[in-house]
Amino acid sequence: MPEQAEGTAGVPTREVRDLLRRRREQIAQRWADEPLFRAVFTVSRDEAVEAGKAVVDALAQVADAARVEDPDAAGFTAVREQLARMGAARSRSGLSTAQVSSELAALRPPVENLLVADLPEDTSAEHVRDCVSTLSVLMGTLRVVVMQTALSEGQALIDRQRLQLLEVATPVIKLWDGIVAVPLIGTLDSARSQVVMETLLESIVEQQARYAILDITGVPTVDSLVAQHLMKTVAAARLMGAECIVSGIRPAIAQTMVHLGLDLGTVVTRASLADALGYVLHQLGVGIVTPGTNGAVAR
Amino acid sequence: MHTAAGSQARLPIRSDMDLVWVRQHVRQAAAQLGFGLVDQTKLVTAASELARNTLVYGGGGTMETEQLVEGTTHGLRLTFSDEGPGIPDLEQALSDGFTSGDGLGMGLGGARRLVHEFGIESAPGSGTTVRVTSWVGRPPRPREES
Repeated sequence: MPEQAEGTAGVPTREVRDLLRRRREQIAQRWADEPLFRAVFTVSRDEAVEAGKAVVDALAQVADAARVEDPDAAGFTAVREQLARMGAARSRSGLSTAQVSSELAALRPPVENLLVADLPEDTSAEHVRDCVSTLSVLMGTLRVVVMQTALSEGQALIDRQRLQLLEVATPVIKLWDGIVAVPLIGTLDSARSQVVMETLLESIVEQQARYAILDITGVPTVDSLVAQHLMKTVAAARLMGAECIVSGIRPAIAQTMVHLGLDLGTVVTRASLADALGYVLHQLGVGIVTPGTNGAVAR
Repeated sequence: MHTAAGSQARLPIRSDMDLVWVRQHVRQAAAQLGFGLVDQTKLVTAASELARNTLVYGGGGTMETEQLVEGTTHGLRLTFSDEGPGIPDLEQALSDGFTSGDGLGMGLGGARRLVHEFGIESAPGSGTTVRVTSWVGRPPRPREES
């Protein structure tokens, strides 16, 4: 493609740009009937046409800047968000990446037909080929833009959710004066058990807790690393003057721990959170009184 | 002695996230074969220990699962392999409380007690392969006196 930068009439990128500008309306109309636009803009066809026009304008701008191969071209900026929304909407409705990609590929033939039809009849076959291939490259770049935004959206979502999980997993609950409990849920890997330990130690100080209950009902697998994390947490709490009770040890977990050879040693353990609370209240000398028993201490 | 039956799978062990995946996969496979809750938990815990060894000491590797049939009983075999530095002294590595890292040293020996069959191949420089098998409804292996 010689003299592309000068933009002489007849250069493929110019040809494509002019076509996009000239046929803006028709292209948008045809795209509105393609599955991609039809499925995303379900409310009105006009909306789909408007969205299509925005994409055509962006493509024309990219072609004008002669950057058909550059997914970071400035022309895409205006429609990047819209394209991301469209890609995301299609993925959400259950399409695989490959399917979304082929729906995007389906946008090319209508434009290509218009391009070939608009070229003068005496155009050399070579020039037709050049124009068509330039258009292909441009549409390919559009596909890359959509995939890129979709992927980075996905990554951002994963990162956000990971942070959310770290927070969600570690609420420290005050059960009574001087008693806090942490219901542990899910996988206790090193990062999460670090967060658990920190929040627990902080709340021991805050609540002036003398007892802390670690409930592992929601931990599906207790292996040696999880046990090690638990024991470290217990030891740290003990250094701060709080006694830890590990509760929620299910029968299957108990048997597995015995076979594995894990010994929680001096840590007080209980089968359920209720048992642990009962134990701690007893230690604190707090009795639970059932109404109607004339104030007799039940436990 | 027994024949491989049905599905096989191969999972990468490259990160902490993969360990979660390994546990979930083993739990599903074991539940599907009819393992009881206790046996499921044992097998998943053994898989967790071995997969972590593969990751931490072997520098990553793979886990292969294989469903077995022997007569009318079904079994699940897990093979963990890595191409790490290998284990110089297997007997020492299998003894409780020994660790070359900062763990509790219960992983390998503990995993052996959690399954019916346990095999390990390793030599310095040639990686480590651990193969464990458990059978549905079979009582636990008698404890070895040592």
